[in-house]
Amino acid sequence: MVLSAIIRRLLQTVLVVLVMSALVFIGLYMIGDPVNMLASPEATQAQRELIRQSLGLNLPLWEQYFIFLSKAVHLDFGNSFLTGEPAMHLILQRMPATLELATVAMFLSMVLGIPLGIYAGLKPDSLAARSIMGGSVLGFSLPNFWVGLMLIMLFAVTLGWVPAGGRGPVVSFGPIQLSILTWAGLKSIVLPASTIAVAKCALIIRVTRAATRECLPLDYIKFARAKGLSERRVLGVHLLKNILIPIITIGGLEYGQVFAFAVVTETVFSWPGMGKLLIDSIVNLDRPVVVAYLMLAVVFLAFLNLAVDIAYTILDPRVRLGGQA
Amino acid sequence: MKSIRKTLLLSALVLGFLGTTSLVQARDLTVALRSEPTSMDPQFHALTSNIQLSETIFDPLVRTDKNAKPIPALAKSWTVNGNVWTFKLRPGVKFSDGSPFTADDVVFTFARVPKVPNSPSSFTLYLSKVASVEAVDPLTLKITTKGPAPVLLANLSQIPIMSRKNASGPAPEGKTTVELNRGDGLVGTGPYKFVSWQRGAKIVFERNPYYWGPKPEWDKVIYRPISNPASRVAALLAGDVDLIEDPPTDDLPRLMKDKKLRIQETPSVRVIYIALNQSKSVPAGMSGTDGKNPLQDKRVREALSLAINRKAIVARIMGGVAKPAGNLLAYPAFGTSKSLAQAPAADPAKAKKLLAQAGYPHGFTVSLGSPDGRYTNDKSTALAVASMWARIGVKTNVETMTPSVFFQKRNTYAFSTYLGGWAATSGEMINPLKSLVLTRNKDLGLGTTNWANYSNPALDKLVIEASRTLDDNKRSQILQKAGEMAMSDYAILPLHFELSVWAMKKDIRYGGRSDQMTLAQNITLAK
Repeated sequence: MVLSAIIRRLLQTVLVVLVMSALVFIGLYMIGDPVNMLASPEATQAQRELIRQSLGLNLPLWEQYFIFLSKAVHLDFGNSFLTGEPAMHLILQRMPATLELATVAMFLSMVLGIPLGIYAGLKPDSLAARSIMGGSVLGFSLPNFWVGLMLIMLFAVTLGWVPAGGRGPVVSFGPIQLSILTWAGLKSIVLPASTIAVAKCALIIRVTRAATRECLPLDYIKFARAKGLSERRVLGVHLLKNILIPIITIGGLEYGQVFAFAVVTETVFSWPGMGKLLIDSIVNLDRPVVVAYLMLAVVFLAFLNLAVDIAYTILDPRVRLGGQA
Repeated sequence: MKSIRKTLLLSALVLGFLGTTSLVQARDLTVALRSEPTSMDPQFHALTSNIQLSETIFDPLVRTDKNAKPIPALAKSWTVNGNVWTFKLRPGVKFSDGSPFTADDVVFTFARVPKVPNSPSSFTLYLSKVASVEAVDPLTLKITTKGPAPVLLANLSQIPIMSRKNASGPAPEGKTTVELNRGDGLVGTGPYKFVSWQRGAKIVFERNPYYWGPKPEWDKVIYRPISNPASRVAALLAGDVDLIEDPPTDDLPRLMKDKKLRIQETPSVRVIYIALNQSKSVPAGMSGTDGKNPLQDKRVREALSLAINRKAIVARIMGGVAKPAGNLLAYPAFGTSKSLAQAPAADPAKAKKLLAQAGYPHGFTVSLGSPDGRYTNDKSTALAVASMWARIGVKTNVETMTPSVFFQKRNTYAFSTYLGGWAATSGEMINPLKSLVLTRNKDLGLGTTNWANYSNPALDKLVIEASRTLDDNKRSQILQKAGEMAMSDYAILPLHFELSVWAMKKDIRYGGRSDQMTLAQNITLAK
């Protein structure tokens, strides 16, 4: 049952990847000619043709796409036009930095967002709850880059506590490199992670509050209270377990979002992650990198969704994977 | 008691002094780059962000000075006899691994250029005139050219010399681009040597102990790519970096007031211009002309030039970080005419008269294409030109778009006029003339960026004559005449020369370069 659902998900993912790669191919083809972006303006027509040939851009689009697919089956996603290096390699090189940033940011938003949300749900009319909710509106309506720049101006330029950008020294675990294990690394990640967390935390607060408000009047909470359980146990076990479902759904999706598209924050903080790579590649029409990147993002999001669904079934026995309850 | 205190104070001062000097000595240089190089392979991509780093690890045979005059680098002297150039190489030069530099390394380097696969912008451009290269003895090199090649030296200055010993390998090109990106085989004779490159994060160089010139200033040079301009400024203000490229024009007045900073402005070789499509048929985006193309009429082109207030564009749009242009390259670069040193003054009244004489008293409609984000304030400049043209009755529809789309459209003649930019990398006048205003000729590689259908056989003849003239004085005179001819015909309308700007900490000195490169070897600490 679970296995067949997973297989079905995988097939869906493959389909999405196929459609997406075709769309990206056509889209970038319509935007412009990569040779115009790559070649020196002084290059002659003959030299341009040479570049076109060496990159395979002289072939008709469908043929280029077919060649790409037949290679992709063997996990070869082509070489970046701009750097000549394997596209997937370029992306994977930068993935740990983004993964680290996204994880720290989501961790911050959860740790701050859930308790604040529960509090706002328990005492909706208190002044504190009102300020939390007011703050959350501000949190997700302020533009990301503005928050980032303000944090830089305050904490890096004026106070000089942390660096204005970049990633700190890293500690390697095989292919994975982490910067949060060094003091300088922690100092470097605080601002970009907080920038992302401001908006995400606001969202988590609102979801948590709504779920709390919904669950509080329900019978099992009343029953738990009637049984004389401590408030701590009522909230920490009975309430929390039930409000976690929407939080995990939103949290999971948002995590995927942050991971795949942390572009703005990475640019403002010159964080060496994959988001910046994506933007640079789009600007330069570096198709192999854009396609490989989006394929990776689709696969990642698909798996994240699957993980969220599996988490559901653990939290709520009524939910069955594959929707056939 | 007093003397003890005095001694204490003195020793404290001395200690403090020693402390600061040792601090200063241990200081590394951190530079924030506008864009990250695409590769470390010095022959992969002819792009400023790549070349400025390879110029620091490697040396070319010859360099060019401020006025595009060739000066010795790895070649100590040279003689030319018809098509044969003989170079005497500098003796005693070592690569950063200690191995000696010889003529054989040059032969290897030139042979590698065409073999680099998938090069998005190949260095073959600079070797197109070279027929053969030969090492006569370890310190003598003979280059035979295809016909007279006055620009050979300028071209050779673009090719960094690699080490045969280190850059040889099983692949046809020797060490591959990917290997060089890791630093494998990346060995040059330049002032600094490669240490590491973490993509997107930083590039580290250190002093080359075997460097043949004066001892380089810094133990270590760290480059950090920070593409967002506001973040670059923040990094400088926070003290994370010592020098940044290209601070945004909006921030300049504030940065100039900051006592902890220095600003360096240097005129660049990049001209921003308006191209006018002079095709026989009516170009795209034009209307109200009865099926004719008024841009073919010199009076109309002159009117459009007179309508533009270049000084106002520089002052208001460019924030003063530009110089009004009257030619395609700023005087006194090689081959530029003194008579074109001043930009033409605006005269809308005369412009209107000229339009009326040409038969368009009520003007007509054109489109003005412009990239958005390719050149400094490109879009705002295009909008300003459009409003100035509107004042003399030429209704102008501005079409701005992201650079990749713009270039695609420009190359299919999709605009009646467009705003473009050209950097004369070789620093002499033949470069912009050849690319921008000569008649388009695919086979000869002339007029490669003349997307305006301009064709003037007399001008073509002059420029081709210049390209075959070895005598510098004569060539300069021919080029001056050619520039005057193009400008008096209003073949193309230069607007302004961009200034290159660097911002740095107070104690850092960098003189700037007209080719917009940031070279670590020229950055020093104030004494």
